[in-house]
Amino acid sequence: MRDIREKLLKKIHELFDAGVVDRVVGWKAGEFCYDVTPALFNAGNIDEILYDAFCGPNQSKFLVKGAEGGEKKILALLKPCDTYSYNQLITEHRIDPEKIYALGIPCTGMVDINKIRALGISGILGIEEDGENLKIETLYGTESCKKADVLLERCLVCKGKNHVAGDELLIPDEEAPEVPKCAERMTEVEKLEAMSPEERFNWWRSQLSKCIRCNACRNACPACTCRTCVFDNPSSGVSAKVNTNDFEENMFHIIRAFHVAGRCTDCGECSRVCPQNIPLHLLNRKFIKDIDEFYGEYQAGAEPNVRGPLISYTEQDVEPSIVMTRG
Amino acid sequence: MQKIGVFVCWCGSNIAATVDVAAVAEALGKQPGVVYATDYQYMCSASGQNLIKDAIRDYGLTGVVICACSPRMHEATFRKTISSAGLNPYMLEIANIREQCSWIHKDREEATKKAITMGTAAIAKVQLNTPLTQMKSPVTKRALVIGGGIAGMQTALDIADAGFEVDIVEKKPTIGGKMAQLDKTFPTLDCSSCIVTPKMVDTAANEKITIFSYAEVENVTGFIGNFKATIKQKPRYVDAEKCTGCGLCTTKCPSKKSLNEFNMGLNTRTAIYIPFAQAVPLVATIDPDACIKLKTGKCGLCEKVCEAGAIDYAQKEELIEREYGAVVVATGYNQIKPVQYEEYLYNQSRDVVTSLEFERLMSASGPTAGHLQCPSTGKLPRHIVFIQCVGSRGTACREKPYCSKVCCMYTAKHAMLVKDHYPEVECTVFYIDVRTPGKNFDEFYRRAVEQYGVHYIKGMVGKVEQGDGCLKVQASDLLDNRQLHLEADMVVLAAAIEPDPSARKIGTMLTASMDTNDFFSEAHAKLRPVESPTAGVFLSGMCQGPKDIPETVSQASAAASKVIGVLSKDFLLSNPCIAHSDPTLCNGCSQCQNVCAYGAISYEDQMVVDKGVRETRRVAVVNEAICQGCGACTVTCPSGAMDLKGFASNQIMAEVDAICN
Repeated sequence: MRDIREKLLKKIHELFDAGVVDRVVGWKAGEFCYDVTPALFNAGNIDEILYDAFCGPNQSKFLVKGAEGGEKKILALLKPCDTYSYNQLITEHRIDPEKIYALGIPCTGMVDINKIRALGISGILGIEEDGENLKIETLYGTESCKKADVLLERCLVCKGKNHVAGDELLIPDEEAPEVPKCAERMTEVEKLEAMSPEERFNWWRSQLSKCIRCNACRNACPACTCRTCVFDNPSSGVSAKVNTNDFEENMFHIIRAFHVAGRCTDCGECSRVCPQNIPLHLLNRKFIKDIDEFYGEYQAGAEPNVRGPLISYTEQDVEPSIVMTRG
Repeated sequence: MQKIGVFVCWCGSNIAATVDVAAVAEALGKQPGVVYATDYQYMCSASGQNLIKDAIRDYGLTGVVICACSPRMHEATFRKTISSAGLNPYMLEIANIREQCSWIHKDREEATKKAITMGTAAIAKVQLNTPLTQMKSPVTKRALVIGGGIAGMQTALDIADAGFEVDIVEKKPTIGGKMAQLDKTFPTLDCSSCIVTPKMVDTAANEKITIFSYAEVENVTGFIGNFKATIKQKPRYVDAEKCTGCGLCTTKCPSKKSLNEFNMGLNTRTAIYIPFAQAVPLVATIDPDACIKLKTGKCGLCEKVCEAGAIDYAQKEELIEREYGAVVVATGYNQIKPVQYEEYLYNQSRDVVTSLEFERLMSASGPTAGHLQCPSTGKLPRHIVFIQCVGSRGTACREKPYCSKVCCMYTAKHAMLVKDHYPEVECTVFYIDVRTPGKNFDEFYRRAVEQYGVHYIKGMVGKVEQGDGCLKVQASDLLDNRQLHLEADMVVLAAAIEPDPSARKIGTMLTASMDTNDFFSEAHAKLRPVESPTAGVFLSGMCQGPKDIPETVSQASAAASKVIGVLSKDFLLSNPCIAHSDPTLCNGCSQCQNVCAYGAISYEDQMVVDKGVRETRRVAVVNEAICQGCGACTVTCPSGAMDLKGFASNQIMAEVDAICN
């Protein structure tokens, strides 16, 4: 990762020097090295841009506001999976690719701080990749673990090393390192499907009741780009309703899943940012699985400006009676 | 707060027998906002309507809830009622406690409880109703008739007669339809061609009628008064303007092996062909699947012989856009190919034919010039067996559940014609029932039996086998309770009729509903038999169900009168329950535009002031003249910017809450 970062910084300098862009959305650490968030940088602080295994956050959504204003284009740094969200935002006219210079950067998998902590590693100061292992500097000395054991959920089911959008690639996709796929995407969904309706209801209730309504999932989700969310709009009648009782509050996530159905690229930001570790991505994946089964395989954001199956009609579409047979 | 009146209808005993209407009125009378509640035997009657009007005046009602039948039945009636008492017609909600409650439940207590719940939901909704105003939309004074058979032609002629323009779109190279293929017509035995070909000529000669033959309707958008259709003109490879219909090309064409559709495939035609001598338009058409020039680039004989220089191998498909005020579906029917009925040997013996094929064999313009011959030997048959109900009135999956209606009569006709021309030929008809309800129909059938000596045997044929120089027919005689073994030279199958396969696509295009057999549904089986439930779409002929020629012509004229009713208006009042978008909430994602089936939503850059900030945004705009109020956009919009007047999201939520609480 260190040499990729060096290459990246060199490239960013070149793009600034050539006058292609005048600002860039990069990553910066917060109070701790693993508290990484996207942030806007300009010519003066390019060298502060981070790129390590904690740089999981999907930048695409920050381009909605970030691309507005500015004299030149804004530089976007897109990991392969970020490019799906990027395409989806183009499709929905939420970003104007004319105002953006999208640079595809390679990724070898991002890590989940919670999984590292679960290994009993604390006081983390820095992280370094060492082949298949991670070298973790801590207050108490250097620790090590297998990277595959601490990958983010989304990286376990990686969409692959290919970028599906962008103006330029930092290194060609074919030269980028292979990313191993460690799990089947729908395994967890299938487990939920196998449950009885009552079991499933109780399972989701137990998960969703952990929600503290911090709205982190919504704020991080690249599909949630409404100017005013229905939950922030008193006249929608929805916002007051979810505050009625704890069951209605659970509906927040159900409604959100419906709103992003057919548009969700399965980037996993919702689960990554959830401070209560609710596996929110499973709601979205259930929709993805159903859409794939009903309308044929569909990956939101695989290409820009296509009509997703939920907003297009064909004579081959399943009849609504499918609901009766599937339950 | 609204002042709401609740009116619970008994619908005679339709509702009152299952629902305790007095209890419903009493319970709903206690709902917040309700100032008056009552029940009455027939709310839709004059005195029932007066009851509503009086209550509006006496209690100063601002909203009305009627618990009665489906809004499709009487919503319009009650809107007029409250309007005449000074209320806005859209301050009305109907709780359908008949179709959705009393008719489907048996338990009185449960049904009463449900009726109260439904009424409560309607009250919750009317609380949030706002007065709406209908807008006017202009009417395009031209009609589209899909199908150029007798139904389509009659409809077009009647509409044209009233002074309106009509386009007929016919997928075949000629108009005329199935009737042009018939030999004689029952019950008068007059020559079919002699009555249909003059109609074809009249249709073509009428200056108000434009015929698009060898063309298909590709797409229809819009709504009553304002339809837009895309017509696909298939290439004939012949310039229809130049072609004189002399037919010289057809005599020279070396590709002669194509089955002749007009003669039901009983003989062949050339690749360049005129369907029949009286075709309208009388223009040659090249079959691209058979033409040597189009397939290999070599030949071009027709081009050489054509004196008019009409041949054009480079002709391309053409898309024509036209606007209409009303659409008539007259897509007609086909007789099924009874290939699944192996017991009748249709696949194996040329002497087993369908009745439409027999019609061609009897016709003077047919492959045998009207001389009755066994297709296999060319000799006059000695005995013909007619089998009724092949594929009709069945319960097995290969069969149609319905009666094809015309078979009994045409079979009597066939037998009678055979006996008339060739008295020595024996005719035996196997039937389940003989159905002859029609003016002079039973007399006609009895003539076949009594005067012409046609044998009618109640019972079905079980098997047809190839015998030595004849067909062996095994059948049962149900009245005599015995098995019959007959020898016949020909077997004629009265195969079921089914809607033309093009009907399904057209039904989808027009959002006109169809039944399980793909016949078009009428708006009301008894009271609106020629209207589709989709406003501005009318039904003519067999596409709506099996019917004979006189019935088809009556329906065609009825459909025409309905069309004239639409076209004679300068403006139509449009439904005000349409979508609208809040520009401050719209995020420009275009999902609503994608789901809109009517193309009513477009996006434009607008100056928007949102939370004190002025900026230009790309937002959705609803074309109010095109929106049909289906609501697809409102449920697609994630930010809730789209809403539907009269069915606003908060109204629906209020209904759901009323039901759940």
